[in-house]
Amino acid sequence: MNGTIRTPSVLPGFGLTLGFSTFFLSAIVLIPLAALVTKTATMGWDDLVRTLLDPRAVASYRLSFGASLLAATLNGVFGFIIAWTLTRYEFPGRKLIDALIDMPFALPTAVSGIALTAVFAENGWIGQYLAVYGIKVAYTWIGVVVALTLIGLPFVVRSVQPALMEVQRDLEDAAETLGANRITIFRRIILPTVAPAMATGFTMAFARAVGEYGSVIFIAGNLPMKTEITPLLIVIKLEQFDYAGAAALGFAMLVLSFVLLFSINLLQAWGRRHHVAAGR
Amino acid sequence: MSKQPALSIPLGIFCAVGLTLLAACGGSSSDTAGSGAGSHVTLLNVSYDPTRELYRDVNEAFAKEWQTKTGQQVTIKQSHGGSGSQARAVIDGLPADVVTLALAYDIDSIQRKGKRLGANWQTRFPDNSAPYTSTIVFLVRKGNPQQIHDWPDLLKPGIAIVTPNPKTSGGARWNYLAAWGAELRRELHGDLTKLDDPKAAKEVAAAQAGAEKFVAEMYRRAPVLDSGARGATNTFVQREIGDVLLTWENEALLAIRELGPQKVEIVVPSISILAEPPVAVVDTVVDRRGTRQIAEAYLQYMYSPAGQEIAAKHYFRPRNAQVQEKFREQFAPLELFTVDKVFGGWTAAHDKHFADGGVFDQIYKVKGQ
Repeated sequence: MNGTIRTPSVLPGFGLTLGFSTFFLSAIVLIPLAALVTKTATMGWDDLVRTLLDPRAVASYRLSFGASLLAATLNGVFGFIIAWTLTRYEFPGRKLIDALIDMPFALPTAVSGIALTAVFAENGWIGQYLAVYGIKVAYTWIGVVVALTLIGLPFVVRSVQPALMEVQRDLEDAAETLGANRITIFRRIILPTVAPAMATGFTMAFARAVGEYGSVIFIAGNLPMKTEITPLLIVIKLEQFDYAGAAALGFAMLVLSFVLLFSINLLQAWGRRHHVAAGR
Repeated sequence: MSKQPALSIPLGIFCAVGLTLLAACGGSSSDTAGSGAGSHVTLLNVSYDPTRELYRDVNEAFAKEWQTKTGQQVTIKQSHGGSGSQARAVIDGLPADVVTLALAYDIDSIQRKGKRLGANWQTRFPDNSAPYTSTIVFLVRKGNPQQIHDWPDLLKPGIAIVTPNPKTSGGARWNYLAAWGAELRRELHGDLTKLDDPKAAKEVAAAQAGAEKFVAEMYRRAPVLDSGARGATNTFVQREIGDVLLTWENEALLAIRELGPQKVEIVVPSISILAEPPVAVVDTVVDRRGTRQIAEAYLQYMYSPAGQEIAAKHYFRPRNAQVQEKFREQFAPLELFTVDKVFGGWTAAHDKHFADGGVFDQIYKVKGQ
């Protein structure tokens, strides 16, 4: 301690790193996004509105965002349970299950799509039993949710796991000696520590699901108005050499995703403040 | 320290923009191939989905012939995918020396949007630049339990039809047009010449409306729209979805060979469309790389008896009469109509049926409401 108020970082080079950051972000993110906007701008207003509000496009937004939200919610619940099991208990095969969680990251999405379709089609391992009860998964919106759940699962598990490990067991013990029941311990000690990680995992799973193409097209059936996701509609526009239309749909997805993700972040910040206020 | 960050942000963006421009220009740098004897040349053939096996054999045979003739070694690289996306890749700069696609419309697009070849490309090789043809047939379950023999049988109650999405699949467009043409001919009592007869205009209009109804009903019975022909074959055969698959004749014959005749069988309708998958040399690429001579010889080889025989072996209908005769038993005889005759060419067919807001989109508009 030499008395200076500002402590410079151990590693110098703020200017250099910031320069690299902007360079990297520009090349990888900003310039392609700018190209998307310029391509969209080549359309007139009328065309743009017609493309974006076409009933078929609207139906596809509903499916893409609805199924992604549902899948992310399912992952939020079951991902938490899996992360809990993996961090809190020691059992044979734990390492193996832990490694399996990452599989959806590594698998080419087409492979997951084909595998899911094979399992959930009416003659598949699971599909044939569901068919007895009249439940169809493959080639319906349920199939879309299943595919999006698969690819989003690791995001939730991998964000919640480290947070769960940080929950201090002695706090739980202390709470118990002070007479708190299990629900209170979960609500007042575990949940506040894990909630931000849950929200992060949920957001990432959701964002990943919205953009997913490869696995969904195999299981969705791709019927217009029914099981057609927005990314497929974009590919269809490209096949027709309608680059501007494709860019417009891409832009719409970008805006919708941004609004949703931003609201989730706001909600999270509000929740934190609320919790701190309530805790005092 | 305080001034550095202010400078690094614009500098970072500047560098990124510079690199992007550099990459964009880099695409046009030339990679000229040698053409003297004893040298080694590569060609890139950009093709559609079901020709994988065909061109593997053609490439090998052609390379052998070219070497004995000129002493030059040639390696032909293949790229396969949906016909439309392959065309887009060429437009966006994939350096294809030759394109061999599913329909003329896709090569027309390369010509119109990419300006990569002359407008007269379809007259440069014989037979509309289509060295082999195919048609659209039905694949049904073993024993034909639903008794599907011809187009009208498709609309029998309870039949589910598997066909890919015409928006993304070239084969699916042939399916659509085959169904339309077959119904049109039925409504015109077998006389397609009425299409050119101004006196029959009223009758033709009624028949067109009937054909539209038929096709709309057909798509109402489709439980899945796969993005490509191969995907649809898998849905039908592996997932056991649907009662009948509409597909290329070559794809159907290949499916029976690969998957065994104990699962599915082929049904050839009384009439179908003459599918002419065209080939073309991409002018801008061969001129830049100096490969025009060999690229033209490669496509010409497809018309030679040897090339025709390879095509027939892969279940494409040959043009050459002698080869046709040799493979007579493989290809069932049926009446065939052309896109030009019934739809006035591919551009007209595309604009009316498959463009945004076209007849195909209308079918689903009504369905969705």
